[in-house]
Amino acid sequence: MLLRHTSDTIIEREALTVNPAKTCQPIGAMYAALGIHGCLPHSHGSQGCCSYHRSALTRHYKEPVMAATSSFTEGSSVFGGQANLLQAVETIFTVYNPDVIAVHTTCLSETIGDDVNQILQKARDENYVPAGKYVIHCNTPSYVGSHVTGYANMVTSMVKYFSAKSATKKDQVNLICGWVEPSDMREIKRIAATMGAKIVLFPDTSDVLDTPMTGKHEFYPKGGVTIPELISTGDSKYTIGLGSFCSEEAATLLENKCKVKFSIQDLPIGLKATDRFLVALSRAAGVKVPDSITEERGRLIDMIADMHKYLYGKRVALWGDPDTLVPLTEFLLTMDMKPVYIVSGTPGKKFEESMKSLLTEKVPEAKYKNGERADMFLLHQWIKQEPVDLLIGNTYGKYIARDENIPFIRMGFPILDRVGHSYFPAVGYTGAMRLLTSILNAILDKEDRECREEKVELTM
Amino acid sequence: MAHIEMDPQRWKQEVLKKYPKKVAKKREKSIVVHDGAEVLQKIQANVRTIPGIITQRGCTYAGCKGVVLGPTRDIVNLVHGPIGCSFYAWLTRRNQTLPPTPESENFMNYCFSTDMQDSNIVFGGEIKLKQAVREVFEIFKPKSIGIFSTCPVGLIGDDVHAVAREMKEELGINIFGFSCEGYKGVSQSAGHHIANNALMKHVIGLRDEAPKGKYKVNMLGEYNIGGDAFELERIFEKCGLTLISSFSGNSTIEQFERAHMADLNVVMCHRSINYVAEMMEKKFGIPWFKVNFIGAEATAKSLRKIAEYFGDQELIDRVEEVIAEEMVIVKKELEVIYPHTQGKLAMMFVGGSRAHHYQELFTELGMSTIAAGYEFGHRDDYEGRRVIPTIQIDADSRNIEELTIEADETRFNPRITEERKAELESKGCGFNDYEGMMVDMAKGALVIDDLSHYEMEKLIEAYHPDVFCAGIKEKYCVQKMGIPLKQLHSYDYGGPYAGFGGAVNFYKDIDMIVNTSIWKMIKAPWEAEPVIEAEFAV
Repeated sequence: MLLRHTSDTIIEREALTVNPAKTCQPIGAMYAALGIHGCLPHSHGSQGCCSYHRSALTRHYKEPVMAATSSFTEGSSVFGGQANLLQAVETIFTVYNPDVIAVHTTCLSETIGDDVNQILQKARDENYVPAGKYVIHCNTPSYVGSHVTGYANMVTSMVKYFSAKSATKKDQVNLICGWVEPSDMREIKRIAATMGAKIVLFPDTSDVLDTPMTGKHEFYPKGGVTIPELISTGDSKYTIGLGSFCSEEAATLLENKCKVKFSIQDLPIGLKATDRFLVALSRAAGVKVPDSITEERGRLIDMIADMHKYLYGKRVALWGDPDTLVPLTEFLLTMDMKPVYIVSGTPGKKFEESMKSLLTEKVPEAKYKNGERADMFLLHQWIKQEPVDLLIGNTYGKYIARDENIPFIRMGFPILDRVGHSYFPAVGYTGAMRLLTSILNAILDKEDRECREEKVELTM
Repeated sequence: MAHIEMDPQRWKQEVLKKYPKKVAKKREKSIVVHDGAEVLQKIQANVRTIPGIITQRGCTYAGCKGVVLGPTRDIVNLVHGPIGCSFYAWLTRRNQTLPPTPESENFMNYCFSTDMQDSNIVFGGEIKLKQAVREVFEIFKPKSIGIFSTCPVGLIGDDVHAVAREMKEELGINIFGFSCEGYKGVSQSAGHHIANNALMKHVIGLRDEAPKGKYKVNMLGEYNIGGDAFELERIFEKCGLTLISSFSGNSTIEQFERAHMADLNVVMCHRSINYVAEMMEKKFGIPWFKVNFIGAEATAKSLRKIAEYFGDQELIDRVEEVIAEEMVIVKKELEVIYPHTQGKLAMMFVGGSRAHHYQELFTELGMSTIAAGYEFGHRDDYEGRRVIPTIQIDADSRNIEELTIEADETRFNPRITEERKAELESKGCGFNDYEGMMVDMAKGALVIDDLSHYEMEKLIEAYHPDVFCAGIKEKYCVQKMGIPLKQLHSYDYGGPYAGFGGAVNFYKDIDMIVNTSIWKMIKAPWEAEPVIEAEFAV
C-alpha cells in the first residue's frame, strides 16, 4: 500500500497537517502574473520559493515558466531585502526587458517586514524602471490563506496599479477570471465572442502556458491581458467576477476605484453555473445568447440524460479549491451523483455556506471541511470509513485511487502526471461534456475491467 | 539549422556585454573557457546568485530535506513552516524506496507540515510544533522524527533543537532538528552540509550491531532517483559486497545508525555528502574514496577500486567476473546505438556531481560535452579537493556550522594502516580525494557555474547542441527552441541510469532523444514554402 499508515480511526488533530489540499500564496501570485502580457513574475524571498513555484507550474503545464527571485541570503534577512530587490529590478530590465515586473512577497520578506511598496517607489525614483515600463507588487505571506489567496492578491494588485477611469465609458465588460486553466480562459473568450460580447478577461494565461512549438522560445508569449486593456477596465460598463475567492476583492476595488458595478458568479463549471454566467454576461454586455450556445447546452443535457443510469447515486470524493469545488459539487448534484466528501485547504466561510446550501437537503450524509487540517489524509480516512465510487482532484489523489481501487479524474492544481487540462476546457457546456466524458470513462473502464466475464457488456 | 562554431572566448565576451557592469564583472569569474593546461583554471563557485538573473538554484531547505533526508522511508520528515515548503517537496524528487514487507514503515508518500499561520509567526510556533510532533507520534508511531526549519522559523526565533530534545525525552523516540532555513548559504549546498551535520550528531553510530557479511561498504551520496540504488544493490550483491548503509537512497534510519560498522565509505555525489565521509573517518577511522557508478566503464573502474581496497583475491576475481558478464550486455546494446549518437554534442548544467558523472555516459556514446557546469557546486567540485585550503570562507559559508569531530574513544579503528593506504594510493586509489569536473573536460569547453537563463539561451543559439541536460525549469524553454532536453534530476521519469543496467537505459534514452521524429516537423508545409499555386490564386 502506498499510504499504508492511513487508517479509518480518526484522531483529532490540532497542529499537524498531513497531505495538504492547498499550497502557499506566492505560487498563486506567480500564476496570475503570467496572465499579464509581457510580464515577468518576481519572487521577493529565498531562491527556493521561486524554484519550487516554477517547477510546480512547469510540471503542471509542460511549458516554460519564467520568473525571477531576489535570492535572499542570511545577510539580506537581517538587513532587509531592499538592496536585493533594487538589484533584481535593474538586472531584469537590462537582461530580460519585460513590460512589467510583478513582484510578490514570501513568508521570509513578510516576516522581516520589508516594505515592498517603498522599495519599488525608490526603484522608480532612482530610475531603475525604464520609461514606459512598470513594476507592480502584492503581498503574499505564505502563512495566510493559500495559493488561492495569492492569486486573488495579484489580481487585486492589477486593478490597484492599472485600472483607471477616463472621461469616456467603454462598451465592454470586465471578466475577472478565477484560477482556471489556459484552456478555460480560451473557452470563456470563445463563448463571449460567440455571443458578440466585448470583454476584457484578466488574468489570461491562454497563449502563455499553452504555446505552440515554433523552434523559438518566446520569453514573452503573445497571450496575456495587455497593460492598455488593464487600464481600460476602469472605463468598462460592468464587471463579472468568476469565483468569489479569486475575484471578489479585485471586483470590489474596481468598483471603489472606478465606479464599475459588479456581480460575482461561480466559475462556469457544469450546467447551472454556466447558465448563470451566460445570463449575467448577456445582461451586462447587452447581447443575446445565440442559438449555437443554446444548442451546446442541449447536447450536454442530452448526454447526461443518455448516461444517467451510470451516474445516479454514485458517491464522489473531491478536493481542491473552493471556486472550483462549489460549481463542481453543484454539477455532480445536477447529474444526481452524490458528492459525499469534500476538502479544501483554503480557508473562508463562504465555502461552508455554499456547501451547506447545496448539500444539506440532497446529500445530508455529506462531510465537508476547509481551512487548516482539511487535508487529503482526513479525506482518505473518511473514504476508509465508507468508500466512494469516484475521486476528483489533483494528481496527489492517485495514491488514494491505487490503494483503494477507486476511479479517479484529475482536476485542479497540480496535475503532474497527465496532459490535456491546459488544452481542453472544463468550463462552459462543452467543458461540462468533457468532464462528464472523463467521469463516465473512469467509471465504465473499471466496470469493464473488473466485472465478471459473463457480465461484460458490449453496449453501454 | 546550420551549425555555426563560435569561439568560446567570443561567446563569453558577447554574453557579458548584455549584463549591467557590476553583474558582468561578477559573472565573468564564473565562466571559464577551459585552456587545456595541466594546472586547472580558477572558477568562481558557491557564491551568491545575482538577484533577478534567473537562476537554476533552489534553497538550503531543499538541499537538506529534499535531497539528503528525503529518501529515508522510516523517518517522519515534519516540516515546520507555512504549507508550501512541505508541499513542494512532496514526492517531487523521485526517490524510490522498497520496504521489505507490506507492514514495513514507509512515510515517503506522505507530506507532514505544521502549516504555520500568522498567529504562529507573531506569537511563536514552538507550541504548535510540539503538538504536531505529539500528533505524528500518536497517529503514525514512527521510530524517528526529523524537524525541518523553513525561512520564518529562524527569523521568529523558534528553537527546533530545543523542541526536538524535549519531545525526544517525552516520547522516547529519536527526534532531531535541522536549522535549514531557506535563506542560509547561497544554494541547496548549505542544506546538504546541515543535513550531514545532524546525521552525524544524532544518528550515525547509535547501533553497534555488526551486520553479517564480508566487505562492508557504505554508499554515500546516492539517492535512488529512478531506482539507481536498486541497480547498485544488485551489482554489489552479485560481487559479494555487503552494503551496510546508503546515504540515502532506499535507506532506513537503522542503516544510518550502524553505518560506522562499515570498513569503507564510497562517495558518489561528492558535493552533498563529503562532510559525512570526512567526519566518519575522523570519528571511526573509516577511509573514503570517490567512486562513480554513472557509466559502464566508470562502474567497472569503481568496482575494481573497491576490490583493490579489500585486497582479497576472491573478491578481485569475482568483480572481474561480474564486470565481464555485465559488459557483454552493455557492449551489445552500445554497438547498435553508437552509430546513431557518435559525434553529437551535449551540454549539461545540473547538480553538484551529475554534470561531471554524466559526461562519462556521453563519452561512451561517442558524444562530446562542450559546455558544463554545476547548479550548486563548490570550487573543489570543479578543480578538485586540492584547492579546498585556498577557498576563501565568506559570510555565507561561515554561518553553516562546522562540527569539530574527534576520534571516538572506544570505537575509533583505522581500517587500514598508513602503509597500506600509501600502497593503494600509488595504485591510483585516491583516498579523501576528488579531482573535480574540469580535469576530464576538453580544451575549449565552456565551464559555467550557476548558469543563468540568459546564458543558457545564448549557448543554445551559438552551439545548437544535440541534447541539453538540465532540470524541469529549463526543460520546455530549451525544447521550444527545437533542442531536446534531458532532465538529469528526475531522468524525465525514467531510469535507473546507474550501474551497468542503468548505462544501457541511458544509451537507449539518448538514442530515442536524438532520433525523435517530431523535431523535424516544426515548420508547417505552408511555412516552409508557399502552397498556393498561381493557378488557384485570385
